Amino acid sequence: MRLFVIYTVDGITNGMVYAAVALALVMIWRATRIINYAQGAMAMFTTYIALVVIRHGAPYWLGFLVALATGLVLGAVTERLLVRPVESRPPLNAVILSLGVLILLEAVAPMLFGGQTQSFPVPVSNIDFVVGTTSLPVSPFAVFTVGAVLIAMLLLFLVFQRTTLGLRMRAAAFNPEIARILGIRVGRMLTLGWGLAALLGALAGMLAAPAVYLYPSNMDEVLVFGFTGAIIGGLESPVGAVTGAVGVGLALSYVSGYIGADLAPLGGFVILILVLMLRPQGLFSFGRQRQV
Amino acid sequence: MNSLLRRFTFVRHGLFFLGLAVVLLILTSFVFDSYTNYNVTEVAIFAISAAGLTVLTGINGQVSLGHGALMMIGAYTTSVLLTWHPDLPLVLMLIASIVSTGIAGAIVGIAGARLRGPYLAGATLALAVALPQVPSHFASVFGGNQGLSVSPPTPPAFLGTSFAPEQWLAWITLAAAVITFFVLANLVRSATGRRFRMVRDNEVAARLSGIDVARTQVLAFVVSAACAGLAGSLFAYWVTVTSPSGFTLNLSLSLLTAIVIGGLGSLSGAVLGSFIVVYLPVWTGGFASSLNLSSNIANNVPLAIYGVVLIVAILVFPRGVAGGVASIVHGVRRAAGSNRRAGVLPAAPQAPAQ
Repeated sequence: MRLFVIYTVDGITNGMVYAAVALALVMIWRATRIINYAQGAMAMFTTYIALVVIRHGAPYWLGFLVALATGLVLGAVTERLLVRPVESRPPLNAVILSLGVLILLEAVAPMLFGGQTQSFPVPVSNIDFVVGTTSLPVSPFAVFTVGAVLIAMLLLFLVFQRTTLGLRMRAAAFNPEIARILGIRVGRMLTLGWGLAALLGALAGMLAAPAVYLYPSNMDEVLVFGFTGAIIGGLESPVGAVTGAVGVGLALSYVSGYIGADLAPLGGFVILILVLMLRPQGLFSFGRQRQV
Repeated sequence: MNSLLRRFTFVRHGLFFLGLAVVLLILTSFVFDSYTNYNVTEVAIFAISAAGLTVLTGINGQVSLGHGALMMIGAYTTSVLLTWHPDLPLVLMLIASIVSTGIAGAIVGIAGARLRGPYLAGATLALAVALPQVPSHFASVFGGNQGLSVSPPTPPAFLGTSFAPEQWLAWITLAAAVITFFVLANLVRSATGRRFRMVRDNEVAARLSGIDVARTQVLAFVVSAACAGLAGSLFAYWVTVTSPSGFTLNLSLSLLTAIVIGGLGSLSGAVLGSFIVVYLPVWTGGFASSLNLSSNIANNVPLAIYGVVLIVAILVFPRGVAGGVASIVHGVRRAAGSNRRAGVLPAAPQAPAQ
């Protein structure tokens, strides 16, 4: 029973990191119908920049802010310079383009920061809380991880639902042509959307790095698990993405705890296939396809 | 003779691939040194797998980000069988790998037939990440992370004792590649090939004209996986060690890169793309080491150039290198033609952008 609680807490904590990635993917998917396979690599890159800042003696929080800010810029620049030209082309072009960005970032990172695996600092202790003599299966860093992702989601929700800017961004994603007629700068909204998504990705990178360590492909699996969560949730729904990602986190934690850590990714694949066999559009998607 | 060739695709392809086989035989025997033969073998292995992916993604419209995992099934089939029975002939290994991977492809295809676009991409991506973990867990069968060693095929005695093993493997691989491309070239031109394309272009119309869409998609997956299995088996002989580290996500991504750079949907594009994907790191690696850079930089220059080429290729040549060259030729020809015929004929209608 105690083990079960430990696995559950671990699963939720990891699941929240996957949820940040999943939400970033869904934001970009809804706005531009593109899956950003470079999301993980971008997060890796911003985490390296944070590490450089911290290694130069700056406090953790400055590195944290720098990572989020570079994420915002990196996402916006990628959209404006690289993605914009392929937005109207066949979908596979965008897939290849983002894979190209992924490969490029994973090659440039070791050139700039060194290729060896590096440890990454935590802002608060990652040793479990102790109450009296019993230790709880929760560490301050786990609380911080869950809290940071929840706050980021809440802020994004408020921006999208309660501000004019959010309304414009939703309009640009929902119907670019009508939005343009209404005077919305659709291009700018898309750029901003990519920037915000990359900011969320950068947050995931900062939260994942202490556990998975920092090396050029450290976010590959996190991206795949986040993507799996987003697909299970249906790609269209932010709530679905978060639910799916936390579900993936829990499932992976149970599989690696009870069966073997090697098999966790296989467990993720099996769950994805099972869900898609039952609902090919994911759990939270209710769109109807054109059928004969 | 000419009309015969035009009418019978099978005869035309047969003569073409026979000629190709002779040219390759001469090149590998008299022109290439053993290092070139080694690299050409890699190109051929890549091309076999990329051709399968071309049928699936280019012709049938199903995106697979997990073809490296299918190659891995082929490679492990050969390696495990060889560990149990080292004396079995190579042809049997190749066939066993084709069959086992074809069955795996059928399973993935049945699961994937209901999935579209990013859903299928995500499922195959998850497969590419998940499958390489299996050998580590079942180390007693698959040799764990160290992998299984595979001895390269020995040349038959009648070729003489000094016959280079690299050249023998190059012959086998190129023969396999020529046969694969012959079969696929005919398949693509057949009624089955037309069904593949129809499902890609308009699923609703395909269904209305009586095509079983799901069955067509599963068939495309089986054909594609069989190619990946053959390539994986040859890959095991070429690397001589089959371990999970040989089948990373990068392998799947570079296969997709090869078919896109070469020009999506064309078998010759798959060859061109495989050539680029194999030789780009070889050339850039040599260039980088000649500059005396630190190892952190030099080791990653090929990968960086690879990324840049991908991005530039997509931005500048959206139809692949082959398509890019074709459109340049077309543009030059049209410019020359319109000068001559200016004012006589209305401009030819623009081909619709893809």
